[in-house]
Amino acid sequence: MNETDGTMIELRGVTKRFGSCTAVDEVTLSIRRGEFITLLGPSGCGKTTLLRVMAGFETPDGGVVILDGDDVTHVPPYRRNVNQVFQSYALFPHLNVRDNIGFGLRMQRVDGDEAARRVAEIIGMVSLEGLEDRLPHQLSGGQRQRVALARAIVCRPKVLLLDEPLSALDAKLRHSMQLELKRLQRLLGLTFVFVTHDQEEALTMSDRIALMNRGRIEQLGDTFDIYHKPRTAFAADFLGQANLLTLEITGRNGTTAHGRLPDGFELTINSAELPDGARSVLVSIRPEKVFISKRKLNAANVFVARIEEEIFQGAMDQLLLVTENGTRLNALAANESAMQKAFHEGERVYCGLHVDDIVVVQAE
Amino acid sequence: MSPTSLKTRRNEPPAAIPDDNTRRRPRLLAWVLLAPMLLWLAAFVVVPTGILLVYSFCERDEIGRVVFNFTLDNYRRVFDPVYLHIFGRSIGYAAMTTVICVVIGYPVAYFIARARDEWRHKLLLLVMIPFWTSFLIRTYAWITILKKEGLLNGFLSALHIGIPALDLLYTPTAVVIGLVYAYLPFMILPIYGSAEKLENAVIEAAYDLGAGPVRAFSSVIVPLTMPGIAAGTLLVFVPSIGMFAITDLMGGAKVPMIGNVIQNQFLQARDWPFGAALGVVFMAMFAITYWIVQRRGASMA
Repeated sequence: MNETDGTMIELRGVTKRFGSCTAVDEVTLSIRRGEFITLLGPSGCGKTTLLRVMAGFETPDGGVVILDGDDVTHVPPYRRNVNQVFQSYALFPHLNVRDNIGFGLRMQRVDGDEAARRVAEIIGMVSLEGLEDRLPHQLSGGQRQRVALARAIVCRPKVLLLDEPLSALDAKLRHSMQLELKRLQRLLGLTFVFVTHDQEEALTMSDRIALMNRGRIEQLGDTFDIYHKPRTAFAADFLGQANLLTLEITGRNGTTAHGRLPDGFELTINSAELPDGARSVLVSIRPEKVFISKRKLNAANVFVARIEEEIFQGAMDQLLLVTENGTRLNALAANESAMQKAFHEGERVYCGLHVDDIVVVQAE
Repeated sequence: MSPTSLKTRRNEPPAAIPDDNTRRRPRLLAWVLLAPMLLWLAAFVVVPTGILLVYSFCERDEIGRVVFNFTLDNYRRVFDPVYLHIFGRSIGYAAMTTVICVVIGYPVAYFIARARDEWRHKLLLLVMIPFWTSFLIRTYAWITILKKEGLLNGFLSALHIGIPALDLLYTPTAVVIGLVYAYLPFMILPIYGSAEKLENAVIEAAYDLGAGPVRAFSSVIVPLTMPGIAAGTLLVFVPSIGMFAITDLMGGAKVPMIGNVIQNQFLQARDWPFGAALGVVFMAMFAITYWIVQRRGASMA
């Protein structure tokens, strides 16, 4: 049993096929008690199917699901202590807010007074006071979202599954709900499994992110690591933006290595992640890691580039740089002052790349 | 008053003017388009109903002509135990027909509604296929099936399992079989309509919250398909009460329903005022049933 210590739900080699299409391909994932984990990936990557396997709506074709030490692979959803917040909310249209939230307790035959107390408590927690007698169609999108959330957490599930629950909300509301969900998760100490295709949402809310692609987990890690140390080109590109460049390795020198870009420019990189004997590798450079200056720089990887395009994005300036040899590079720079733009199209600037900000990634 | 409400008030008039313009012309057009149907309804529903109402308060002479002498006798006769009994029986048969139609029709409708797209339309077509044949021909077909030396008994005796020949034709059972057969599609179609609108995620949510199949069905699926059940009930119950052809053909006139009695008054007994009174009471019953079902349906939805 000690292997389940600290583990709330575990997937071992879970495979799910629909016809000839493999939606989930031998996924192994261990989710810790009280953790906020996000399954992140593009549509069709298998994240929702994986969630449905955890909920019990899909029976895997292979592998097992272990919930708090018990094998629940073949346990139907109504006997699993797991609850879900649906993307469409799936509120019961014929029941008012109070009865929607109390539905799970009624099904579990929780004593009436106790149920009423818990429903009232949760209604306070998600700020739905005064709306108890409304029907779902009389609520706004944000309110419906709260009812769906309250309905699921009032049952005190071992794991709360959330299937893109914020996708229908406008940006402002979505952001405040992200913070509120996170706060609620910490407050209740619940295990959250959150599905989204929105990388920013994943980074904002999660303790860990499982990045999925083509039915597999491409990379699993905490938000900091998964952002700064993407292992594959897909991971680098999906989570945040990335400049992906091919580098011809020309030599190694202890902790650093040297390589040549297709345009002939020499780059110095950290050799720690460089596979032994690699000749040609793919490197990822985050746009915000490209240091731009109007003055000459004295560092390892410095080159001159022309600003081909400048797009004002509010907090940041998005720049498209073209080096003297024709390599194109995306960069993000902070605005320096409201009085004057920091950079202009056509301007020539000095660019610097820190050795550690050039990350070697696997091609697909 | 808050600035926001001032603002919305200021915005109202310009929004209202084009609205008014676009509404007036379709209103005239709507009347023009509705006119043929309204004329039809007036000529063949409103006027005959009025005549029926007037006749029901009249007397008849020896040779069956309607005499315009105000009387309540016809209504007094309607509430004669003999006719009350027939009313009761009609309601009983219609209720039984409705219940059987719900029991048989609900699973069928639900299954079709949940079937995959390419299957759904084919299955729906199967439900409607009987309408392609004349109602009378279909009823005669049932006679062939149910009569003593008919298909059903032939089949049973061919099985050699010792079931004695069933004497179904011209019994209440035959009448109910005929009514269920005739009205089942009218139960299936409206239930299908509301079951099709059921969001799969809502059913999954019920399972997710701990409702097993039975409780998910009783506390989510049934309430959400109640409008369909209510509409189907209305479509089956009301015409079943008044049905006379099936009771005549399959009941062998041994189990008269109110429809048969009314038909009889007009065609054989030539007591039009009494037939009219029966008809009026009958219509009042429809109206009340409709009102109750509508109210229940409205409170459910």
